[in-house]
Amino acid sequence: MQADSATEPAEVLAVDGVSVTLSGREILRDVTFHIHAGEFTGLIGSNGAGKTTLLRVILGLITPSAGTVRVESESRRRPLIGYVPQRITLDPDMPLRARDLVGLGIDGQRFGLPWPSSARHRLIDEMLESVDATRFAESRVGNLSGGEQQRILIAHALISRPRLLLLDEPLANLDIGSEQEVVALLSRIAKQQRIAVLISTHDMNPLLPVMDRIVYVANGRIATGTTDEVVSSESLTKLYGVHVDVIHVHDRILVVAGRRDAPLQHGGGESIVEVV
Amino acid sequence: MTGFLSPLIEPGFFANAPVQTALLVGGIVAVVSGVVGTFTVMRGQSFAGHSLADIGTAGGSAAFLLGISPLFGFVAMNLLAAGVMESIGIRRPRGRDLATGIVLGGALGIAALFLYLDTTASSTTGATINVLFGSIFTLPSSLVPFIGVFSVVALALVLAMYRPLILTSISSDLAKAQGVPIRLVGIVYLVALAVAVSLSAVAIGAILSTALLIGPAATALRITNRTGYAALIAAAIGVVATWLGVLLAYDSYYWFPTGGGWPVSFFVVTVVFLVYLLSQVRVRPRAGARRESTAAETG
Repeated sequence: MQADSATEPAEVLAVDGVSVTLSGREILRDVTFHIHAGEFTGLIGSNGAGKTTLLRVILGLITPSAGTVRVESESRRRPLIGYVPQRITLDPDMPLRARDLVGLGIDGQRFGLPWPSSARHRLIDEMLESVDATRFAESRVGNLSGGEQQRILIAHALISRPRLLLLDEPLANLDIGSEQEVVALLSRIAKQQRIAVLISTHDMNPLLPVMDRIVYVANGRIATGTTDEVVSSESLTKLYGVHVDVIHVHDRILVVAGRRDAPLQHGGGESIVEVV
Repeated sequence: MTGFLSPLIEPGFFANAPVQTALLVGGIVAVVSGVVGTFTVMRGQSFAGHSLADIGTAGGSAAFLLGISPLFGFVAMNLLAAGVMESIGIRRPRGRDLATGIVLGGALGIAALFLYLDTTASSTTGATINVLFGSIFTLPSSLVPFIGVFSVVALALVLAMYRPLILTSISSDLAKAQGVPIRLVGIVYLVALAVAVSLSAVAIGAILSTALLIGPAATALRITNRTGYAALIAAAIGVVATWLGVLLAYDSYYWFPTGGGWPVSFFVVTVVFLVYLLSQVRVRPRAGARRESTAAETG
């Protein structure tokens, strides 16, 4: 976990002892994990487990009731975090080309009219190229497919060269083909540009080939480590507080958790399949 | 030249002082409405825009009662209403319609009273027609500088927030994560909308000002893929519609029933509506029509 030794990559994100209570309800309790440059981390958990809350805490949009979040930066001028929010519906009526949306990643928060420049144009072209979106750069964003929109949003988040890329359920609503494309793209970018990628999903299976680490959220607490360390019956049973089976089927992992208020059973009618 | 166009342009059209004022004011107002309207449609706040216009009738009719130009009543009332709408919760998507509706209801009640008082005070229905349906031919030229200042303010606010406005229209989360002060952007935009709607209420009437705000913008959004061009096209459509409206209203003096021209607002709104219909019919085949279907399936 410690990144102090010179051989290990630089630490980009340090979440230490973070707890979040929203309107009297405890969402996260004592969450601690660290992420390093170039690492691909999956933030795994069922719907409502607190993944989005955790991402919003890292973004600084929610103040934790306890604990600290530190995002390390080499230079103050470089933005720290790129963000791809959950389920954006891009309106087909919005007069905005894909390349314009990517360009807003550079300076969309600034006031005043944008002035076109050849350097800016080149930067956008390069970014579109690296997410393989040149083909539909001139199209209206609202008319693109889900996978194409996701690639444009990733380009929007990356063009300012952040050190940490956060993606909230980027694979939801994608067909299997686009899902694999997006995962491969993110993995390649993490390695090439030495960006730490933290991606939340309720289904870990598409990420299994590329994930370096897992942060598994359940009941407001987390377990973290490599996939093998975290996704085991022993560690997840501890996390959930009920018996959990981890089933491996053809390179896919199935997590089956018993209900808290029900007697322990093994894969029977009382079970909830948390991750399919 | 004028002789050759005389079947369309009546002799003396351009020499007529009220016509000159109407063309000038109509043009300015159409540009502001087109630009602000583009962002109104993109942000999905057409209802707020229309409501502000209706709410303005309370201010316009009050100003009439006080003997000052309805313009100042519109601006004061709309800014007040925008403030109340913001504080009730227009920034929450679900609170938005609620806040707008509540303020709209209250203001229309007040307008009903003031319009009644206007009518009884002057013993004519002129005030009602004036406030609700506009009075572009009777605008005093002394009002033009004020209209100019308000227009510059509304345009400057929207253009200054050009990029943050687009970002917040896409997603407030995305904008927030990028450091956009979305609350401030929302409030300032509402101020610009309140001023724009007041201007168009003076020109074509409180009730019809929505047509100039939403119609050209909705048409422009279909024509181009670029936000900046959409704002320019919306402004151009608005100007053409307004000038054509002024021209036809001037001509209509000799139409049935003779002895009075038809209202300008009728022509402006009709042209806007026809242009919108035309854009619907002649939608050019969009790049990626194939993608559109996949997006619909996955989205």
